Amino acid sequence: MPRQLEGSRAVAEAVALCRPEVICAYPISPQTHIVENLSQLVKTGELSPCEFVSVESEFAAMSASIGASATGVRAYTATASQGLLYMTEALYNASGLGLPIVMTLANRAIGAPINIWNDHSDSMSQRDSGWIQLYAETNQEALDLHIQAFRLAEELSTPVMVCMDGFILTHAVERVEMPTQVQVDAFLPAFQPRQVLDPDEPITIGAMVGPEAFMEVKYLAHAKQMQALESIPLIAAEFEGAFGRDSGGLVRAYRTEDAETIVVALGSVLGTLKDTVDELRDEGVSVGVLGIASFRPFPLDAVRDALAGAQRVVVLEKALAVGIGGIVSMDVHAALAGIHRTGGTQPHAYTVIAGLGGRPITKASLHALLIDAAAERLQELTFLDLDHELVDREVARMSAARASGPHAENMLRDLGAVAAGPV
Amino acid sequence: MFEVRIHGRGGQGVVTAAEMLSLAAFDEGRYAQAFPSFGSERMGAPVVAFCRIDDHEIRTREPVMEPDALIVQDPTLLHQVDVFGGCRPEGFILINSARSFDELGLSDFVVEFRHERLLTVPASELAREHTGRAVANTALLGGFAALTGTVSLDTVVRAIHERFAGAVAEGNVAAARAAHAWVLDEMRELSGATPA
Repeated sequence: MPRQLEGSRAVAEAVALCRPEVICAYPISPQTHIVENLSQLVKTGELSPCEFVSVESEFAAMSASIGASATGVRAYTATASQGLLYMTEALYNASGLGLPIVMTLANRAIGAPINIWNDHSDSMSQRDSGWIQLYAETNQEALDLHIQAFRLAEELSTPVMVCMDGFILTHAVERVEMPTQVQVDAFLPAFQPRQVLDPDEPITIGAMVGPEAFMEVKYLAHAKQMQALESIPLIAAEFEGAFGRDSGGLVRAYRTEDAETIVVALGSVLGTLKDTVDELRDEGVSVGVLGIASFRPFPLDAVRDALAGAQRVVVLEKALAVGIGGIVSMDVHAALAGIHRTGGTQPHAYTVIAGLGGRPITKASLHALLIDAAAERLQELTFLDLDHELVDREVARMSAARASGPHAENMLRDLGAVAAGPV
Repeated sequence: MFEVRIHGRGGQGVVTAAEMLSLAAFDEGRYAQAFPSFGSERMGAPVVAFCRIDDHEIRTREPVMEPDALIVQDPTLLHQVDVFGGCRPEGFILINSARSFDELGLSDFVVEFRHERLLTVPASELAREHTGRAVANTALLGGFAALTGTVSLDTVVRAIHERFAGAVAEGNVAAARAAHAWVLDEMRELSGATPA
């Protein structure tokens, strides 16, 4: 039976259905409602047996999750933004040790300037941390992906991050189908760890590894993610069979078959893009959308196959690699390069940076952008809806005076924001 | 698709209002998407919340920029924030105030609008009378149901019961019913006063 739920509540209930035995978390916007809901479910006994550990930081949250997972229990945590950065060192330990922790990332920008709103800077910064990264388009998919994530993590002994757009999804109230406990129990067997810390049979986990085997351990981590390229579609297919919903997988194509222009994106913006594509198709513009559901591992073959027939590709990114531009774009370029090697014609790929720090990505802006793309009017790197005048004024101030002051405060003053005046 | 935008301040239950409206629409078998546009999440700061209602899945995630209906929960925002941004002459506007559009200094702005779709309702007063607190969100939902017919009073009442319990729910239901009746009366008066 469908229910009308806040995304955070839906994810918390789905995680509870997966029966985690230890949850260690530190609250941070926009993840807070997820762990609040889980702490309530533990407190009321609805999620039992489970220990909810309130820790003093995200570094502790991931460290305690590592400890819990190493003792052979199913461990879960959630964070966002600066919280993810604060647990970075432990993230690499979780993946390096092969511990199947599942974590929700409520995607949020990274400061400075401090900003609580959505973009993908946080998860993209941990692209190479060895965690699998799955991106949800809707709250339904977010809750479905968590159930799949535990299955995937434990099958491969590798941690999985489920990324959902902060506020846009976590705080959106919409219709979801919540599976039953019986269904989830049938889909997700009890955790059978590959390694267990047990005082009765003491072993060491986390040995120092020198040049003699370090590369081999790292290679295995990569091999596991390559294996995930096969496991992810299989798990999604099995999930569809069991729950009746097509969620997850590697990539998700919408009206791409004959499309001259294909937009590539991740997360909740795919919904707005689909509506825009429908509008443009009605106007006779040949466009489609490719959603990347699994960013790590990156599905090179699936992306190449989906984009091979296009004349041009527009990679819409909610993060910025300062000094080069796109992040997802680089991987898409790698996929497209393969087309050339097989004798096909390689479509040209453009990068569009959009929605940083919660800037709304509107249908109107996407519509205009894709019309420009179809007419070959796009720059290689475009910043969607950038306020050039605001930038120019600050650049002028910097040219006029050495002591021009802080950018953020100067720009807020230009915009007339209340709190930005001299104190 | 019917799109609603609600303006208020942190602590007034604006986000909860959008959520309850989505619950009411969901209860009527429709698809609904409610979401907030948070500022710094503090008491008194301007807050905007949105609700979309449709007969099929809602995919777009952009903020509501051209609302079919606007609810202004805090009239002190009227001349501080661009609450009317994107409003069209055929849209509904419901303002929480005991004063008229004229008295609020809005008559020039709404000259092109359909006047039977513009109403003020003393929702804070009705809320204070029925709940003891001047939190006008549920009263405004009752008024909204009467003004637009997008959702029924019954489903608004059920949504209030889903969100609140006991005396708090009962008080809010009474406030919503009172505002609903108040708006219906006002609309009857308006239609009587309008030449056919």
